[in-house]
Amino acid sequence: MFYREAGDFKVSYRDDSQTFPIKFDRYRYYVVLAVAFGIIPFIINDYWANALLLPFLIYAIAAIGLNILVGYCGQVSLGTGGFMAVGAYACYKLMTAFPDVSMFIHVLLAGGITAIVGVLFGLPSLRIKGFYLAVATLAAQFFLVWLFNRVPWFYNYSASGQINAPERDVFGIIITGPNAPAWATYLFCLIFLTLCAILARNLTRGTTGRTWMAIRDMDIAAEIIGVNPLKAKLTAFAVSSFFVGIAGALFFAVYLGAVEVGEVFGIQKSFLVLFMVIIGGLGSIFGSFAGAAFLVLLPVVLKVVGVDVLGWPTDIVAHLQLVIVGALIVMFLILEPHGLAQLWRVAKEKLRLWPFPH
Amino acid sequence: MKTKLATLALGALMAAGPALADLVIPDLSYRTGPYAAGGIPFSDGYNDYFTLLNERDGGIGGVPVRVIECETGYNTEKGVECYESTKGEGALVYQPLSTGITYQLIPKVTADGIPLHTMGYGRTSAANGKVFSNVFNYPANYWNGASGAINYLLGENGDDLSGKKIALVYHNSAYGKEPIRTLETLAEKHGYDLTLLPVDHPGQEQKSQWLQIRREKPDYVIMWGWGVMNQVAVQEAANIRFPMENFIGVWWSGAEFDVEPAGDKATGYKALTFTGLGDDYPVYDDLRQYVADAGKAAGAGDQLGAVQYNRGLYAAMLASEAIKTAQEMHGVADIDASMMRDGMEALEMTNAKMDSLGMAGFGPEFSVSCENHGGPGLVGVVQWDASTGTWNKLQDFMPTDAEVIGALIAEDSAAYAAENNISQRCE
Repeated sequence: MFYREAGDFKVSYRDDSQTFPIKFDRYRYYVVLAVAFGIIPFIINDYWANALLLPFLIYAIAAIGLNILVGYCGQVSLGTGGFMAVGAYACYKLMTAFPDVSMFIHVLLAGGITAIVGVLFGLPSLRIKGFYLAVATLAAQFFLVWLFNRVPWFYNYSASGQINAPERDVFGIIITGPNAPAWATYLFCLIFLTLCAILARNLTRGTTGRTWMAIRDMDIAAEIIGVNPLKAKLTAFAVSSFFVGIAGALFFAVYLGAVEVGEVFGIQKSFLVLFMVIIGGLGSIFGSFAGAAFLVLLPVVLKVVGVDVLGWPTDIVAHLQLVIVGALIVMFLILEPHGLAQLWRVAKEKLRLWPFPH
Repeated sequence: MKTKLATLALGALMAAGPALADLVIPDLSYRTGPYAAGGIPFSDGYNDYFTLLNERDGGIGGVPVRVIECETGYNTEKGVECYESTKGEGALVYQPLSTGITYQLIPKVTADGIPLHTMGYGRTSAANGKVFSNVFNYPANYWNGASGAINYLLGENGDDLSGKKIALVYHNSAYGKEPIRTLETLAEKHGYDLTLLPVDHPGQEQKSQWLQIRREKPDYVIMWGWGVMNQVAVQEAANIRFPMENFIGVWWSGAEFDVEPAGDKATGYKALTFTGLGDDYPVYDDLRQYVADAGKAAGAGDQLGAVQYNRGLYAAMLASEAIKTAQEMHGVADIDASMMRDGMEALEMTNAKMDSLGMAGFGPEFSVSCENHGGPGLVGVVQWDASTGTWNKLQDFMPTDAEVIGALIAEDSAAYAAENNISQRCE
């Protein structure tokens, strides 16, 4: 009834090709933005920021990055944790070397450095694909973690081998360190997520995105119609690593504040982000959000329900959490292999016909 | 975005809690994952001691203690989540039993004004109270442990370790890397060779490290391990027939579950300790009567007397004594976190006090001051005997190389103070 194209006339190509062509969708998007920027910063507290919203925002950036590589360009990567580590360590080195520069620039530069590293590790993708590429990126994961553990220069020769985020600001507002207010860290990550999502959305529906998808769907055919596989694959690696690097930098500097590379950016992080992308939906920006939300929020919600509401022992809840999340992943993959994004798409189709289905 | 709204609603539900007078002690435990073997007994001991105080004495100073348990799985992200979710409840002190989580929490607790007690773990230079106002690591820290192990070896070798080869098998994390600097400084002082052998998380794969030990034949192996890593290391040492009496673990590598899987071959394995072991203390009679037999024990209730259970007990005892000190200092029974911090800084543990608690000789005598948050750093040595299943005391609590450790602490804490623009206190 409300959700339909009928009556929503477009008089220019520009209107016709916008991200949200349906009026209801568009307003919903504005409402979400208004709530995220205009309301949440005023009601947020430390718990909401550090336990739920920051991880969600940061994982969403990482998931968008990986989705570009896996979902849009079809290059399987298990190196996300390692690339996040590159972003984190690049950000740390920049923060300590140039204390007066704005955090904004540090994070962007950290993304840029990760993009360069990502392109280097993406080079093998020109020769190998599928499982073999997954193994090559797995090697990147282990190599990068080993490197950051092994070379003391990366952690400024600290005794513990940890990196700690010193206090840094943007326009005088503290963003990192323990004294950073919750709203500032939240807004900082939200701005990055919004920019990344808009950038990714527009890249993926333009020429670049179409060449990525052509490579994904059939690389030989793509080459025949004139897509340059070198350019397509390497840009996918670069853009993807840029996002993942930003996520790593934020994860370290804003969210955790202290990082130990083997624990925080280990192989399990790569899998976690990959799961987000698969559960959310391959080749969908919305799916990246949905997957990140699913895997960040669900464990916390289960914990709150199990421990705080039902009063069960913490170890039983922790085990149940694994069982339930695991079962839900399997269930989703069986019932809806295209992820949460597909469920959303189906729901929208239904809504268009509601209340008079065929 | 819809899920965000749903969780908002859920959070509103959570925020509305009861506000009775109680002393809130969060217990960031880990009963799951590769480090659960150590996390379970520690958390059980920690919980049981407070249960005992509630059941026997009606709390501390008449105010009941409420322990909030939160599962971290030894994972720093979950640790942060646990910290944020419990600090609003009026948490008095955090004891995360994880060096990684400690590093996360040091700046946060300092900003929030909540004390952090890392007993025998965490950041060693936090012993310098001039820089770390809210962090305490009495009665002993890792650098005491490293020096204690070397002192013990010096004693075995007639005060001469020159030319000896010592290998350090360590968990490749902030925890395992802590002793390296001390051992290196001591190597210069005493002239032994130090080989570093990192083991990656979780520590199940150690074949190559022990192959290297077999090839290089070090005279002694010192281990900084935790969780499943310990069992594997002891097993591997037995497999290459490394003489167990030359193998010394830090206190976190010296519990029953670390040596039992290797069976008889583990006999002779040594470990450091800063607490009493076994259940031959009067406090255990009360624990059995009020907690275990009453069915109120935490977890499965089968850990009484275990090494890490005793450590949990000791940590809880130190916390409750600090609460008592704080109550006396401020004349308030229902203290808050800043009073707790004062209480910890003024804590004095005497033999008479421990005697009255039924824990005579459980730990060393010490007093905390504004400058010294690290305690005396006394380290004992015990040895495993598989036939009786007990740890036998080889060396009583002995002092460690204060000169070397003091210089290292001053250096590291000064670096931290410079990095974070902290001005020194206590003047």
